[in-house]
Amino acid sequence: MTDLSHLRADFPLLQREMNGRPLVYLDSAATTQKPLAVLEAMDRFYRRHNANVHRGAYALAQEATELYEGARAKVAAFVHAASAREIVFTRGTTSAINTVAFGWGLYHLRPGDRILLTTMEHHANVVPWQLVCRHTGAELIYLPFTADYQIDLEALPGLLDERVKVVGLSGMSNVLGTMPPVTAVAAAARAVGALTVVDAAQMTPHSPTDVQALGADFLAFGAHKMLGPTGIGALWGRLELLESMEPAEGGGEMIRDVGWNESTWADAPHRFEAGTPPIAEAVGFGAAVDYLSAVGMDEVHRHEAELTRYALERLGEVPGLTVYGPADVAQRGGAVSFTLADIHPHDLATILDQQGIAIRAGHHCAKPLHRLLGVPATARASFYVYNTREDVDALLPALAEARRLFGVS
Amino acid sequence: MSLDDLYREVILDHYRHPRRRGALEHPDAHADGQNPLCGDEIAIDLAFDGDRIADVRIRGRGCSISQASASMMAEAITGKTIADAKDLMHRFKAMMDIEPGEAGLDAARPGAALGDLEALQGVRRFPVRIKCADLPWATLAQALEGHPPA
Ligand SMILES: Cc1ncc(COP(=O)(O)O)c(C=O)c1O
Repeated sequence: MTDLSHLRADFPLLQREMNGRPLVYLDSAATTQKPLAVLEAMDRFYRRHNANVHRGAYALAQEATELYEGARAKVAAFVHAASAREIVFTRGTTSAINTVAFGWGLYHLRPGDRILLTTMEHHANVVPWQLVCRHTGAELIYLPFTADYQIDLEALPGLLDERVKVVGLSGMSNVLGTMPPVTAVAAAARAVGALTVVDAAQMTPHSPTDVQALGADFLAFGAHKMLGPTGIGALWGRLELLESMEPAEGGGEMIRDVGWNESTWADAPHRFEAGTPPIAEAVGFGAAVDYLSAVGMDEVHRHEAELTRYALERLGEVPGLTVYGPADVAQRGGAVSFTLADIHPHDLATILDQQGIAIRAGHHCAKPLHRLLGVPATARASFYVYNTREDVDALLPALAEARRLFGVS
Repeated sequence: MSLDDLYREVILDHYRHPRRRGALEHPDAHADGQNPLCGDEIAIDLAFDGDRIADVRIRGRGCSISQASASMMAEAITGKTIADAKDLMHRFKAMMDIEPGEAGLDAARPGAALGDLEALQGVRRFPVRIKCADLPWATLAQALEGHPPA
C-alpha cells in the first residue's frame, strides 16, 4: 500500500470535526480540499503581486502578468501540451466544453451532422451540445455501455461514420468511475474526420495526462477537483484548431483591434479569455499542479487504485449494497457509487453526516445515466490523495447504523 | 438530536407503504413538483366536490422524508375543504420554520393538530432536509392555485 497519509497535515480543512466526529471527507469528485501551498500562493499573490494582467506598463503589473502566464506554462507542462499557447484558462470544465461547443461547433456543424456522446456523460458534456444542436440542426447520438459498465466498443463502428463531426466522452465517469479507452476512441474518431473532446474533469486530477499520447483534439478540466481553487479551469486544444476558432465571449483582453462595427481577435489563447481573468485563481491552479507533480501523478493513481480496490472489497461485505461501476480497478477510478437496500441515498448521506462522513447523494449531474441505471439517485464515495484506509473503514459502521435505523435485515 | 428522532417508525411506515398512491383519471387539479438539486419528484392529482377535496392521489420518487411527507399530507387533506387544506399547509410550514406563524401544536394533545405530520418535526434539526419535507406541500400549493375560483 502506498502511504500518502503524511500529506494530510498539508490540508487544514481535514483537521476539522463535523457533528462531533473527525471529518471523513469522501466527496473529492465534487470538489477537493486545498493544501497550504495553494492557499499560501493565492494569499501571497494578493499581498504582494496583485495588479491586472496584460494592461499595466508598471513593474507590479508585469509581475502579475508573469505569475498568470507562468501558471499557464505549469498547467501546459502538466498535461504535456506542445506549448503554453494551447492552454486556455476558463471558469472550469463546464466553460471549457462550452468554449469548444460555441467556438467550434456553432460555426462548423450543420443539419445532418452528428455529435456522438456516451451515455455516461456529466450534464456539462451534454447540455452545451444540445444548445449547439438547437442552433445548427446537428443531432446527438449516444454510445451505450456494457453490463460491466465499459463503453460498448463493439457498438462504436455502427455509430461512428462520416456524419459524426464531434465525439465527446469523459476520461473518467464521475458516477461509475469508468475510465474508457480514450486513445482508441480518439483514433477511431480521427479516422472518420471527427474531433474528439475529452471531459477530463475526473481524469486529469487522478492519473498522468499526456495529450500527445491521447490523440484527442480538446481536453477540458478544472482546478477545483485537483487541489486548486474554484473559478478556474483549462481547455487544452491543438493550436491550429484553437487558431481557427471563434471566441464564445467578447470584451477586453481578447481583441487585436476594435472598430465601431467590427473587431479582430487576439491570437489563442487570449482570444478566449475575455475580460479580467481569475488571476489569483490561476496562481493557485499553478501551485496545485506543482503540489501534485511533487507527489507524482503515477503515485496519485496507484494510491487511489489501491484505495478503490479496498473500498470495493469492504463495501462488498455490506448486505444489500449494490455498487454501480466496473469491478476491475484497472479500468476504473476512485468514484464509487452505490445504493443500500431501499434506503434512499439522501437518507444515507444524512446518516453518514451524523458520523462526520461527507459523501454525495443524488444524480451527480448525470440524470440520463441514472435513468439507465434504473435508480433516481445513488450515494457516492470518492477518494483523493489525502484519503486513507481508515476513511473507508469509517463507512462500515455508518452503513450498519443506516441499516439499523431503516430496519433492513 | 438523534437520528432515531428523525427516522421515526411512522415516517418509515409512510415511506414503505405510501398512502393514496396512484393517479386520478379526470383530476380537477394537478401539479408536478421537483427538487432539481436532488431529483426528488412528486405528482399530485386532486378531485373536488364543491369546495371540498374529495380525492387525492400521489405519485413520486425520492427520499424517505419527501415521500413520507407526501403520504401524510395526502391522508391529512383528503375530505378537507380547500380552505382547511390551505390552513393545514400554513401550520405545517410554521411547524417546520419554513414560514412564520403558529403551528397550533398542542403539547397536551399530541397528534391533535397535524396528525402523523407531527412526526416530521424532527426534520427541522436537519436544515438541508427541510426542503425534502416541503416538496409535497409546495406542489400542493401549485395544484390549489386558483381553487376555489375567486
Ligand atoms: C465528469 C465531470 N464533468 C464536468 C464536471 C463539471 O465541472 P465544473 O462544474 O467544475 O465545471 C464535473 C464536476 O462536477 C464532472 O465530474
